[in-house]
Amino acid sequence: MGIFNEVLTSLLDGFRLNCVIFIVTLLLAIPLGLIVAFGSMSAFAPLKWLTKTFVWIIRGTPLMLQIFVALYAPGLLFDAPIKSRLTAVLIAFVINYAAYFSEIYRGGIESIPKGQYEAGQVLGLTKVQVFFKVVLFQVIKRIVPAMGNEIITLVKDTSLARIVGVMEIIMCAERFTKQGLIWPLFSTGLFFLAFCGALTLLFGFIEKKLNYYRG
Amino acid sequence: MSILSVSNIHKSFGKTKVLRGVDISMEEGEVMAVLGSSGSGKTTLLRCINFLETADKGQIFVGGRCIFDADSKARLSLAETRERQLNFGLVFQSFNLFPQYSALENVELAPKLLAKERADFKKNKAKIYDEINKNAVALLKSVGLGDKLDNYPCELSGGQQQRVSIARALAQDPKILFFDEPTSALDPELTGEVLKIIKSLASEHKTMVIVTHEIEFARNVADKIVFMADGVIVEQGSPEQVIDNPTHERTKMFLNKLHME
Repeated sequence: MGIFNEVLTSLLDGFRLNCVIFIVTLLLAIPLGLIVAFGSMSAFAPLKWLTKTFVWIIRGTPLMLQIFVALYAPGLLFDAPIKSRLTAVLIAFVINYAAYFSEIYRGGIESIPKGQYEAGQVLGLTKVQVFFKVVLFQVIKRIVPAMGNEIITLVKDTSLARIVGVMEIIMCAERFTKQGLIWPLFSTGLFFLAFCGALTLLFGFIEKKLNYYRG
Repeated sequence: MSILSVSNIHKSFGKTKVLRGVDISMEEGEVMAVLGSSGSGKTTLLRCINFLETADKGQIFVGGRCIFDADSKARLSLAETRERQLNFGLVFQSFNLFPQYSALENVELAPKLLAKERADFKKNKAKIYDEINKNAVALLKSVGLGDKLDNYPCELSGGQQQRVSIARALAQDPKILFFDEPTSALDPELTGEVLKIIKSLASEHKTMVIVTHEIEFARNVADKIVFMADGVIVEQGSPEQVIDNPTHERTKMFLNKLHME
């Protein structure tokens, strides 16, 4: 019973870090993604292409590599090494997920019929009001399934933090493997499964809530 | 003094010249019906007047005041743009109701947002919202939807949706109300209820411009008929003149074709 408790405490400790990465990434990448989405839809061509190039690079390279870059680049380029490995991981995750979210937002925004903008305009709404009072809610409804997918991927991606030695759950479990105990490593899957299960229920609930109207 | 005066409006999309010098003038309380085959530029004219398209050339005057001049390079402020827009209301062919809001919320949304800019908004918020609500309910009742206040657009028929959108346009109290083929997206049995509303607005002397294919309706409700072809007005006058005794070849052809159907 003693070893079981020791494993459980250690894994919970590690999983706490996975949760921190998950929550911080969501909190920052969700709004940042919207800014990136506006950039990639900008009528100002240089900004649009700059943003599109950024999204291409972020989506075109492995997140694992981006974590390394976030950890080493500040020190190598600006002589300002990052003190905390976790901070580097968070920076990489936020940028990476903002790029993916931005494309989901863009798809959602561009799927809203032009007539919605025009109806708002002829009623005297400003562009900002049209976006926040008319369009945004419809976009949210349309992107919930895609966002759910991406957010569930994020849960499992948090284990990539291990690559720079952030003591997340899988790294914690590996310590036991080195002592000849393999089951803690396998049981980490249960944590991810439970988390993703809860998220699946949550997204199902949100979709149902938003289903009060069609169109 | 004419309430609306449009002078020499030109609009091209790429190389296609859609409007080639259109002049319109109408008095307060007048109802004008715009006829013409598809591609004649009727809808584009409406969109230019409502600033959904920017005319390449020409001017628009409301009550003698110039609110648009294609040659003027002055950039309008947000408030000026809004004020300019609020002269007009537009009812779309495809309704364009906001799907996430109920019928009542659709009608209330724009007046509520506009009220936020009033100087006394913070002090009298409850009273202002109450007035907006009462007005919106009254408008929806006047279009026969007093029992559908809390229904969402997806729960309403096409005719009901179009009536909500008429109430929504009226809620901002526009000087001139425009209709862009308001019944073209409706099943034939639903057009009557929408035309009835427009007719009752006409009897209250609401100034209106109606782009329509319903010739009989235009004859009944309009004071003035404008017939467009190839981006210009080829004939205008009273319904008797234009519909019953057309003088221009294009008008005759258009009316003959409709009668044959």
